[in-house]
Amino acid sequence: MAVLNEEQEMLRDMAREWTVNESPVTEFRKVRASGEPEAFNRDAYATMAQMGWAGVIIPEEHGGSDFGFLSAGLVVEELGQTLTASPLVMNTVAASAIVLGGSDEQKAKWLPRLASGEAIATLAVDEGPSHDPAKIETSVSDGKLSGTKAFVHEAHGADLFVVAAKDGLYLVEKGDGVALTTRKLTDQRSHADVTFDGAAADKLASGGDSLLDDVLDRARVLTAAEMLGMAQQVFDDTLAYLKQRVQFNQVLASFQALQHRMADLFADLAQMRSAVEAGLQAVDGGFGVARAATIAKAEANRVMHTMANEGIQLHGGIGMTDEYDVGFYLKRARVLEASFGSSSWLKDRFSKLSGY
Amino acid sequence: MATQIEPATQTDEDAFRAEVQQFLADNFPDELKGTNNALSGVDGPTNETPAQKKWREAMGARGWGTPTWPKEYGGGGLTKAQAKIIDQEFAKAGAYNPIGGMGVMMFGPTLLEYGNEAQKQEHIPPICRGEIRWCQGYSEPNAGSDLANLQTFAEDKGDHYLVNGQKTWTSGGQWADKCFAIVRTDKSDKHKGISFMLIDMDTPGVEVRPITMISGTSPFCETFFTDVKVPKENLVGEEGQGWTIGKRLLQHERTNISGGGSLARLMGQSLGDIAKKYQPTGADGELADAVLRDKIADFEIRWNSFLLTARRAMEESKAAGGVSEISSVLKKLGTKLSQERSELLIEIRGLQGLGWEGDGFSDGELEAVRAWLFGKATTIYGGSTEIQNNIIAKRVLGMLDHQ
Repeated sequence: MAVLNEEQEMLRDMAREWTVNESPVTEFRKVRASGEPEAFNRDAYATMAQMGWAGVIIPEEHGGSDFGFLSAGLVVEELGQTLTASPLVMNTVAASAIVLGGSDEQKAKWLPRLASGEAIATLAVDEGPSHDPAKIETSVSDGKLSGTKAFVHEAHGADLFVVAAKDGLYLVEKGDGVALTTRKLTDQRSHADVTFDGAAADKLASGGDSLLDDVLDRARVLTAAEMLGMAQQVFDDTLAYLKQRVQFNQVLASFQALQHRMADLFADLAQMRSAVEAGLQAVDGGFGVARAATIAKAEANRVMHTMANEGIQLHGGIGMTDEYDVGFYLKRARVLEASFGSSSWLKDRFSKLSGY
Repeated sequence: MATQIEPATQTDEDAFRAEVQQFLADNFPDELKGTNNALSGVDGPTNETPAQKKWREAMGARGWGTPTWPKEYGGGGLTKAQAKIIDQEFAKAGAYNPIGGMGVMMFGPTLLEYGNEAQKQEHIPPICRGEIRWCQGYSEPNAGSDLANLQTFAEDKGDHYLVNGQKTWTSGGQWADKCFAIVRTDKSDKHKGISFMLIDMDTPGVEVRPITMISGTSPFCETFFTDVKVPKENLVGEEGQGWTIGKRLLQHERTNISGGGSLARLMGQSLGDIAKKYQPTGADGELADAVLRDKIADFEIRWNSFLLTARRAMEESKAAGGVSEISSVLKKLGTKLSQERSELLIEIRGLQGLGWEGDGFSDGELEAVRAWLFGKATTIYGGSTEIQNNIIAKRVLGMLDHQ
C-alpha cells in the first residue's frame, strides 16, 4: 500500500467500512437477481455520490474534491473487493475526459451533475469485441454523430456518453438518435452496443491530439484498481478457506504444496499493487502516464488472471458453485481483462512506447 | 509516495550538498571517474591502485562509506536524507563508494544491534575504513536449506572455545581476514544450541579451499576448522543466541541480494534496445520477431513492477518504522527475474551470447555469460526460493508449519 496522507486514509477507511457493511457481495447477488439491465442499485449509488466518491477527480469549483486518481483508486479498490456494481469507474473516467478536454461551458454544465450523482456518464470507444482505439469508424458531420460502439460499460445507467469519433471525443446525451442493444456478459453487469444515428454531439475541443489516449490511460488505471481489490479479496478468501478446510485430518494450510502456491500469489499480488498504485500516481503527477498506465493494466491482467484461476482451484469443487463468491470474481475478471487493453495489446503498446 | 523535503531543512540540505561536492572535488581522483572497483577491492583479491587506495582512505576517514552508522564507531552519523544526497552527488560525479562487502552489508548492522561495546569498538571502525574483509561461516555440507542442522562444534575450554568442523560456500573466504560464524555450543538443542562467534582466518587450524563453479570462477570456498582456538570475547550475544542473531543477519543479506540497495543500477539497459542490435527490425523500427518482442515486453513489464515493489517496500518500511511485510517477497522475485533476464539476453544474442572466451566476443557478451551461470546461485544461496516460500507462508500468511 502506497504511503497515504490523512485525507486518503480517511477516504479509504470510509470506503472500506461502507462496502463491508452496506455493500457486501450479497448486494451484488440482489442486483443480479433483479435482472435489471442497468445492473446497479440507484439508492446505493446516490449514497456513494453523497459521500463524495463520484467527484474525487473533479475540481472543487465544479463540485468535486479534486483529491486525484490515487484517491479515486482507493475507493474503487474497496468497491472491487465486494464486487459492488456501480457506474463509479466509468463515470470517473468520463468526467476526466471533460476535465481534460471540455470548454468552461461544458465543464460547468456537466461536472457538478456528475459529481453529485444527479447524472451519470460513461465512455464509448471500441467498435468491436477487442480493444482497438486505432480502429474507429464513428464520424461526425454538422454536429451529428453516427456509428456503433460495442460493449459499452454502464450504458444503461448513463445519461451522457463520451464518444470517440475519427476526429476526437464528443459528448452525446442519451435520447434521440441513441439506441441500446443489451449485451449480457458473464459478469452480469451493464453492457450494451450503442448505435448513434445522427445524434447531437458536442465536441471536447480542448484536450489536444492525445486526449483519447489520456482518457483511456485513466480508464486503464481505474480498471486496474478495481481488479486490485478483486485480486486481494480472492487471495484473502482463498487463504481463509485453506486455513479452515480439513482433509487427511489436517487443515489444507499445512500442506507445503499449497503454501508455496500461496507464497507465489502473495508475491504476484505485491507486484500488482505496486504497478497499479504507481499508475494512479503517475496520472496525478502528470509524468510518464502512458508507460505507467500500460504497466499497471498489464500487471493487473496478469495477476488477476492467475489469481482467479488459482482461487477456483484452491477452493476445490466448492469454488465451482454459485453459492461461493469466488466464481463471480473470475467472471468479472475476464471482462475487465479484455477491456481497455488485453495483455497482448498492452505488451505491444509497451514495446512501441519503449522504441522496439 | 512523493517524499516531501521539509521546507525548513532545505537550506541545511543545500549546505550539505555543497559539502559533498567539495569533498569530491578535494578527494575523488579523476582517473577513477566512471569506474567501480568497490567490490573487487573488498571481496576480491587485493589489487588496489594507489588512486583507489587514496580514495578508500579518504572515504574511510570521513565515514561516508557507511553514512548512517554512528559516528563514535567510525560511521558518518548522517540522516537518511543526507545519505541520499551523497548517493546523488556521487552518481553525478561518476564516483563510487569504495567501502562495501559483507562487513558493510550484513555483519556491521548485526554487530551494531547485538555486539557489546568492546566488540563494536574493535570491529566497526575497520569496516567503516574498508580495511578488514569479512566472510560468512554459515552453510555446511549437511546444513544448507536446513541451516540449523549445522554441526561445527565449539567446545568450551574455559577462557576459549576449541572449534572443529567444516563450513562451505564461504564467499570470498580465500581473501577474508575474519569470519562471522554460527557454530554449535550445545548438541542437545537444535536451535538453542547455536552461538554466533567471530573467528580470525589466520588462526592456526583454519584452512580454505576455493570451489570452482560452472561459471569458471571461484567465488566460494570450503573452510575447514581443526582445533581452532577462539577467545571467549569473540562470542557475540549470549551462548545459544546464535540462531536469533544469525537470522537477523540473513535479513540484511536478503535485502542486498534482492537489490534493495541500488535500484537504478539494477534497471539495466533496455532489453529491447539490445535486441535491436542483434535482431532484424522492420521499416517501423520494431523487432521483426513478434514472439521475441512480446517476450521482451512481458519481461520488462514484470521487471518494472518488481522495481516498483522494491521501492514501495522501502517507503513502507520507512513510514512504518519497521520492515514491511512485502520485503519478504523481494529476494525470490528479484533473483528469479534476474535469471530470466540473463536467459532472455542469450535468446536475443543467439550463439554470440554464449561465448566462453576469445576476441570474437565483446567484454559485455562474455561477462553476460558468466553472470548468467553465476546467477543460478542466487535462488539457492541466502535462503533458497523454497525456503523463502516457507517463510512467507508461515510468518506472513500464517499458514501452519508443514510436517
